[in-house]
Amino acid sequence: MTPIEKVEGRAIPFGLKNVDTDVIIPAKWLKTISREGLGRGAFETLRADPDNLFDRPEYKQAPILIAGDNFGCGSSREHAAWALGDLGIRVVIAPSYSDIFSGNAVKNGILPVVLPQAAIDRLLEVAATDPIHVDLDTQTVTTRFQDRFSFDIDPFRKMCLLNGLDEISLTEKSEAAIAAHEKKIATDQPWLIPAIL
Amino acid sequence: MTRPRTLYEKIWDAHVVEQRPDGTCLIFIDRHLVHEVTSPQAFAGLRASGRTVRRPDLTLAVPDHNLPTTARRDASGNRLPIADAESAAQLAALETNAPAFGIRYIDAVAPEQGIVHVVGPEQGFSLPGTTIVCGDSHTACHGGIGALAFGIGTSEVEHVLATQTLLLQPAKTMEVRVEGEVGPGVTAKDIILHITGVIGAAGGTGHVIEYTGSAIRALSVEGRLTVSNMAIEGGARAGLIAPDATTFAYLKGRPYAPKGADWDAAVAYWTSLATDPGATYDKTVVIDAADIAPSVTWGTSPEDVVPITGIVPAPDSFADPSKQAAAAKSLAYMGLEPGTRMQDVAIENIFIGSCTNSRIEDLRAAAAVLKGRHKAAGVKWAIVVPGSGLVKAQAEAEGLDRIFTDAGLEWREPGCSACLGMNPDKVPAGERCASTSNRNFVGRQGPGSRTHLVSPAMAAAAAVTGRLTDVRELID
Ligand code: SF4
Repeated sequence: MTPIEKVEGRAIPFGLKNVDTDVIIPAKWLKTISREGLGRGAFETLRADPDNLFDRPEYKQAPILIAGDNFGCGSSREHAAWALGDLGIRVVIAPSYSDIFSGNAVKNGILPVVLPQAAIDRLLEVAATDPIHVDLDTQTVTTRFQDRFSFDIDPFRKMCLLNGLDEISLTEKSEAAIAAHEKKIATDQPWLIPAIL
Repeated sequence: MTRPRTLYEKIWDAHVVEQRPDGTCLIFIDRHLVHEVTSPQAFAGLRASGRTVRRPDLTLAVPDHNLPTTARRDASGNRLPIADAESAAQLAALETNAPAFGIRYIDAVAPEQGIVHVVGPEQGFSLPGTTIVCGDSHTACHGGIGALAFGIGTSEVEHVLATQTLLLQPAKTMEVRVEGEVGPGVTAKDIILHITGVIGAAGGTGHVIEYTGSAIRALSVEGRLTVSNMAIEGGARAGLIAPDATTFAYLKGRPYAPKGADWDAAVAYWTSLATDPGATYDKTVVIDAADIAPSVTWGTSPEDVVPITGIVPAPDSFADPSKQAAAAKSLAYMGLEPGTRMQDVAIENIFIGSCTNSRIEDLRAAAAVLKGRHKAAGVKWAIVVPGSGLVKAQAEAEGLDRIFTDAGLEWREPGCSACLGMNPDKVPAGERCASTSNRNFVGRQGPGSRTHLVSPAMAAAAAVTGRLTDVRELID
């Protein structure tokens, strides 16, 4: 996973509310058995419109996406995060996310920044003409117009994103605790282990 | 004395393997359900890193999402290939991966095959008080039997396969209490549609919802699974309904359920999980069951719910400006004019199925409306897709399949079908579908499809009249 610390660049001023993962990546793209190349299907329905935001020259390869409330709601498909990543997005900024989406984003090295609607409105304005700076270390979003918005992030997620860490290796360090839990249920709740049929 | 705890807190506490300083917990997963769509990349990841499946005994795999629901064997009993190359590749990957990693596998033509969330409870693999995960967002369904069940993404599928744990933040708790008795024609589906309309599509974000109250207690296990299934449509991480005598009666004797003395120990434990008197929730919403009518969605968010007697709302009837914009967009997509009576909306397609509504009780409710009737001429495509092979067999034993086919509906093989546009069962662009599934999102049932979410009885009523219909007019 590529670590994230500072991301600077154009931000797609998308802003739409309740964008579900079917919009981010339609179901027909879920049939792959690999993770690459999904950027082509990202926002496919919206991009059918020749005048869509995503394909405008100034937003091609933009590393930041500004979205509305409840971004990534709906289906748990991780393909949504893969598709955004494949499109070149490193940071999403929105007032709120579905829990599953923000988890998937972090796991795939995409930073989900939460800012209040007023800040989003201002950033949408700036994004129309100028780049935006996101600094994960200082937890701030800034612009060249002296805007400065601070955001909160779970410290564990921050650590994972800053270091590009893979969660499985982290969890494997807890082997003793996992084994102890397994032993406890095997003794106290043997009925939990389904019989082999 | 320990502090009074909610059902959610009790299940959570019993599964904490380790707590990190920031409050994140490593949670043990008791049951992992695997299907063909969200698992290939996870198994590929395990192979790439040389890892194995830690607890194959706690894992169950079954294909459902993209299997066609047409006949799976030819006249001489040979398995028919799947025409779509990518679907075939996903199925082939699961068929290889499950045995290679030592996982129990129910294959595409096994009598027990079905939608993963129907199969889990039906096999007694899903149990109260357990943590259950699956790479499908409607895993919340298993909350209907009192399991803490989450939908997860493919990275998490790999994480659970490798470690049998998940890193999770504790959720907030929300109680949705439905008190009183529902009126005639009002089903579990109408209850959850109504709830979603009241709390909104983001109303449960960050919370686990426990559904309580006499109207919930009165539901069968099938109905409870329907309610909890759609917890995610209210933004919640999971839904829960306390296990009780109804739950135990449902589970007893199922293949993977505990037996003998184990059963008694399990029931004693499950009984102890109910929310303690005096325990508090972070949020409570109280709903009067008498206010719930047979319900239907008009837009492209599951919160867009009105009673069937209602009208298509005008975007400016919403206070929130961003909801106004979303509603205007929804109406344009749905091809609806504000003020139109829901009952005047013509329907060309009917889908009775999905993990929300494909259990035997759902099929009985639809058949009760369709018995002795025929679908309207304007209804071009109407399918009934049982949730599992066992539901299918039961329905056939009761003669329900004949009622459906006599009424002009197609009787299919089990699978996710038209719940999502991934297999051949799709709603054509620009056409409407009265659907018993859980999502009315843009393009969910196929590009350009227009979905109206309803109960099985309401879908059957729409089939008969060719428009959205108040089922109460067709029942006595
Ligand atoms: S029926 Fe629909 S919601 Fe249920 S498991 Fe299948 S795709 Fe997911």
